[in-house]
Amino acid sequence: MTTLNELTLAEARDGLKAKNFSAADLTRAHLDAMEKARALNAYLVETPDRALAMAEAADARIAAGEARPLDGIPLGIKDLFCTEGVATTAGSKILEGFTPAYESAVTANLWRDGAVMLGKLNLDEFAMGSSNETSAYGDAVSPWRRAGSETKLVPGGSSGGSAAAVAAHLCLGATATDTGGSIRQPAAFTGTVGIKPTYGRCSRWGTVAYASSLDQAGPIARTVRDCAILLGSMAGQDSRDTTCADLPVPDFEAAVARGVKGLTIGIPKEYRVEGMSAEIQALWDRGAEMLRDAGATIREISLPHTQYALPAYYIVAPAEASSNLARYDGVRYGLRVPGKDIAGLYENTRAAGFGREVKRRIMIGTYVLSAGYYDAYYVRAQRIRTLIKRDFEEAYASGIDAILTPATPSAAFGIGEKGSGDPVEMYLQDVFTITVNMAGLPGISVPAGLDAQGLPLGLQLIGRPFDEETLFAAAQVIEEAAGRTKLPAAWWA
Amino acid sequence: MSVDATTVRRIAHLARIAVSEDEVAPLQGELNAILAFVEQLGAVDVTGVEPMTSVTPMAMKKRADVVTDGAKADAIVANAPETEDHYFLVPKVVE
Repeated sequence: MTTLNELTLAEARDGLKAKNFSAADLTRAHLDAMEKARALNAYLVETPDRALAMAEAADARIAAGEARPLDGIPLGIKDLFCTEGVATTAGSKILEGFTPAYESAVTANLWRDGAVMLGKLNLDEFAMGSSNETSAYGDAVSPWRRAGSETKLVPGGSSGGSAAAVAAHLCLGATATDTGGSIRQPAAFTGTVGIKPTYGRCSRWGTVAYASSLDQAGPIARTVRDCAILLGSMAGQDSRDTTCADLPVPDFEAAVARGVKGLTIGIPKEYRVEGMSAEIQALWDRGAEMLRDAGATIREISLPHTQYALPAYYIVAPAEASSNLARYDGVRYGLRVPGKDIAGLYENTRAAGFGREVKRRIMIGTYVLSAGYYDAYYVRAQRIRTLIKRDFEEAYASGIDAILTPATPSAAFGIGEKGSGDPVEMYLQDVFTITVNMAGLPGISVPAGLDAQGLPLGLQLIGRPFDEETLFAAAQVIEEAAGRTKLPAAWWA
Repeated sequence: MSVDATTVRRIAHLARIAVSEDEVAPLQGELNAILAFVEQLGAVDVTGVEPMTSVTPMAMKKRADVVTDGAKADAIVANAPETEDHYFLVPKVVE
C-alpha cells in the first residue's frame, strides 16, 4: 500500500480535495518519515508544531470550501530562504543562531497558497558546492546506493538536502536555489525533477545571496507536474527585488500536457565534451529519440563559447560572493569572535565562521576585483558572458524551441571521493548546467534512466527566456517515455 | 597569472579573513589551481564585445521617494551579538 508520503504532490492535492485524508494525516505521515530518516541529515531543523498548526488551518479551509492551490501540501525549505521565527543558517557557522524577523518572498508565496512547512533543509555552505559536503552541519546523504554497495553517496549540491528529502519521501516537494546548477545537478543525482526558472521569474527577496546576477529559486519535486505546480506558486512579481520580472505567471501546470509536436529541439555539439562516458552519450541519444517519437524535430546546433562558461563563472560568481558576503562581520547578526580592534573582530569572526570553500571563493573574488586585475579578469569574464548569451540567442533565432543536453557528466559519486586539493575537480560537475545561469535562461533536469550501477541519470532541457512552459511540456514527454525512477528499499529507516 | 604567499596574505587581509601561517601554502595552491583554470579565457577574442551588466533586458525599477518601512529597531537589533539601546556595539574605533 502506498503510504501518504509516497504520493506525488498532485495526487496528494487531489486526495485532499476529495477528502480521502486530512492535511493533518498527510503532515503526520511526513513527520514520521522524517524522524526515521535522520541518518540522511536532510533536515537541519524540523518544525513539527508549526507544520501541524499549518495543516490544521488548511483542513479548516478545505472543510469550509475555501481551499487554496497548495492547501495542506507539506514542503521542505532549503535553509537559504529566510523563514520568520525559524533559524536560518545558509549551512554556515557564521549564521549560527540567526532567526529572521521576516519571511522570504518565495516561501511567503507558498504559505499564502496554503502549503505546510516541515522544516529547513541541508545545503552546501552559502550554496557553494556540488555535493552538500561544504555544509557546516554535516553531509546530507543520498537515499540512493549503488547496486550491491553500502557506500554513502552525495545527493549533489548545493540543494542536497532538498533533493535527498524529495527522493526519500520526506516532503512532497522542496524549495531550492540554483546559481550554477544547484537545483538541476542534485535533481539528476537523486532521480527527481528540478527546474531553475528564468532569471527574474522568482523574487530573490529574503533569500540569502551568493551571486546575485546568477541566483534563482526553483522547486525540486518527484514529477514534472509537481514542479510546475510549485513554480506556479513560488514565482511572481515583487517590487522589493529590482531584478524580479514584472510579468504574469503562466499556468505552468496546463503546459505539462502540451506535448512537443512541431517543436524543434537543438542538440549542441559542444556539449559532447572530451571524455564523456558512453553511458551519458547513450542517455542523451535516447532522450532525443523520445522527443522525436513524440513529434519533435531534432537538429544539431552550435553554441561555440560553451567551454568558457565554467571558467567565466569562477570569476563572476566569486566576485559577487566576495561583495555579498562582506556583510558577515560579527556586528549585526550571527557569530562574533573578539579581536584586538574592529579589524581583528572582522578577521577573526570571518576566519572562524566561514568554511574552506567559502573562504576560497571570497578570496578569489577579492583578487579578481582588486586594483590592477579588475579589467583582466572581471570585465573580460563579463564580456565572455555576453558571448555565451549571444550563442543561445542565435540558436533560438534560428528556430530552436528548446535545447537538450545531459544534466551531469556522471551519476552521483561517493562522499569524500572528490576531496582532492584541486577545487576545480568539483567545479567540473556543473559543466552542462552553468551556461544556463550565465545566460539567465530556464533549465529543467528530468530523470531519464539508470546507469549500470543502478543510479539515476538526468537530462537537461534549456528554454527561451520566460518560456518555462515548453520545458515542462518537453520534460513530461521524457518522464513518460523513460518512466519515473523507482527508489530502492528504504535502507535508512 | 599566479599568486605568491605575500599576495595570499594581502588578499586575505582585503577580504578581512584571518589566515594563519600554516594556511597560506595550501590556500596558495588552491587559488593558483583556480587561476590556472580561468587562464583559458585569455584565448577568447572579446574585441568590441560589451561586458554584460544585466542578463535580461529590463528597465531599472523605480518607486516613489516616500517612507515605506521603518520603526522596527527591536527586530533589527534582535540578532546582534552585542547591543545597547538599539545600537550595535563594536570595539572602540576612534581613540
